[in-house]
Amino acid sequence: MSDAVISASGRTPVRMEVNGVAETVYVEPRWLLSDVLRHQLGLTGTHVGCEQGVCGVCTVLLDGVLVRSCLLFAVQVDGHRVTTIEGVTPDEGLSPIQASFQRHHGLQCGFCTPAMVLTAEALLRTHPNPSEADIRDAFSGNICRCTGYQFIVDAIRGCSEEER
Amino acid sequence: MIPSAFDYRRASSVEEALSLLQSTEDAKFVAGGHSLLPLMKMRFASPGMLIDIRSIQELQSIRRDGNRVVIGALCTHRHIANDETIVQALPALAEAAGRVGDLQVRNRGTIGGNLAHADPASDLPALALLYGATIHAEGPDGPEDYPVEEFFLGPMTTALRPTQLLRSVSFPVPDRGSEVYEKFAHPASGYAVVGVAAWVATDAGGIIQDIRVALNGVGYCAYRATSVEQALFGREATEELLEKASHLATEEVEVLEDVFASENYRRHVAAVFTRRAIRRALDKATR
Repeated sequence: MSDAVISASGRTPVRMEVNGVAETVYVEPRWLLSDVLRHQLGLTGTHVGCEQGVCGVCTVLLDGVLVRSCLLFAVQVDGHRVTTIEGVTPDEGLSPIQASFQRHHGLQCGFCTPAMVLTAEALLRTHPNPSEADIRDAFSGNICRCTGYQFIVDAIRGCSEEER
Repeated sequence: MIPSAFDYRRASSVEEALSLLQSTEDAKFVAGGHSLLPLMKMRFASPGMLIDIRSIQELQSIRRDGNRVVIGALCTHRHIANDETIVQALPALAEAAGRVGDLQVRNRGTIGGNLAHADPASDLPALALLYGATIHAEGPDGPEDYPVEEFFLGPMTTALRPTQLLRSVSFPVPDRGSEVYEKFAHPASGYAVVGVAAWVATDAGGIIQDIRVALNGVGYCAYRATSVEQALFGREATEELLEKASHLATEEVEVLEDVFASENYRRHVAAVFTRRAIRRALDKATR
């Protein structure tokens, strides 16, 4: 993308690496990253809940850092790297974190789960053996209305212990 | 929720950002966007153009300059919370930055946006007041400095002019005493229902030589609780005196009320957290 003005009505190409694949999408400036991932790229594992930066279900990794895709315009991530739940899910079966969520009943309705798994990915990269306090702090931006969180904490602890 | 349409442009320097701002009607700067985007989605803000300043290198650094620490407007909360200079020199600021919102917010939100937005429940304004920070702006008429006492005018309202860019914030490093930040956070948003920043310096006998207390989340903007400071200044903070003084925390403001916290409840929590903050600062000072 050049540094020229991108007009409100026109569509502009945005180039980003999504789950390791170079993508070019044509977007209006006001289109949110969450919507572009879902509607332009068909990556519907990124969910959309409150749309105002509270619930955390739209969480993705931007250049490896946990962010909310509903609080980003797609034009802002031009030239950057995005990882969604599809990017951390193996072609066959489950990742160790996903398997641990299953084993520990860390999900019920599943709506918040993709964001929870990505948050766990980000946490375990920097804290391979997190305390319960670390886990609860890391997950404070992800709301779950089903589990009461305890089984999610168990899933993360279970995974980090088994991964050692 | 999709905001109304706007033009978008990236600026790569402060000069470019300012000239774009002057030449465009109804433009707004965006960096982290964590204050602006929610407003745009609810159509409380509908800028005709967004000028993306996030890639401006010169606004991304933290540096020690004599007895001050200068923090670029684009530094994220996470950067501030983990920066060694800030952890050492301004520990209460590091503590507060580490408790802003949640991980995702701290990864993206910036100190410049936080202060310019001036949400009554946001954490950093109280820290700016506690340390007596200076806000450095740049506009068409050159640089302008705002002492923090003159910066926050009301909810979402600051002295910053529409033609100016908030460039950096500088914090004087206290040469004595200890400071802490205590916060009762809203469980979902992470905003402060009550946040209290306290700094105390005592002599060898435990007499309070200097004290500052600043609150956010309680009034229409962050404020210094001067009544609390005066009640403790020059005295020894016995539990009894501290308890009495803490109840003066809401003396000089109109206390906010919302669905989460009534006025009375907030007043009560403000007193409790003021006491805890001062106590912890005192314990730290005497260690």
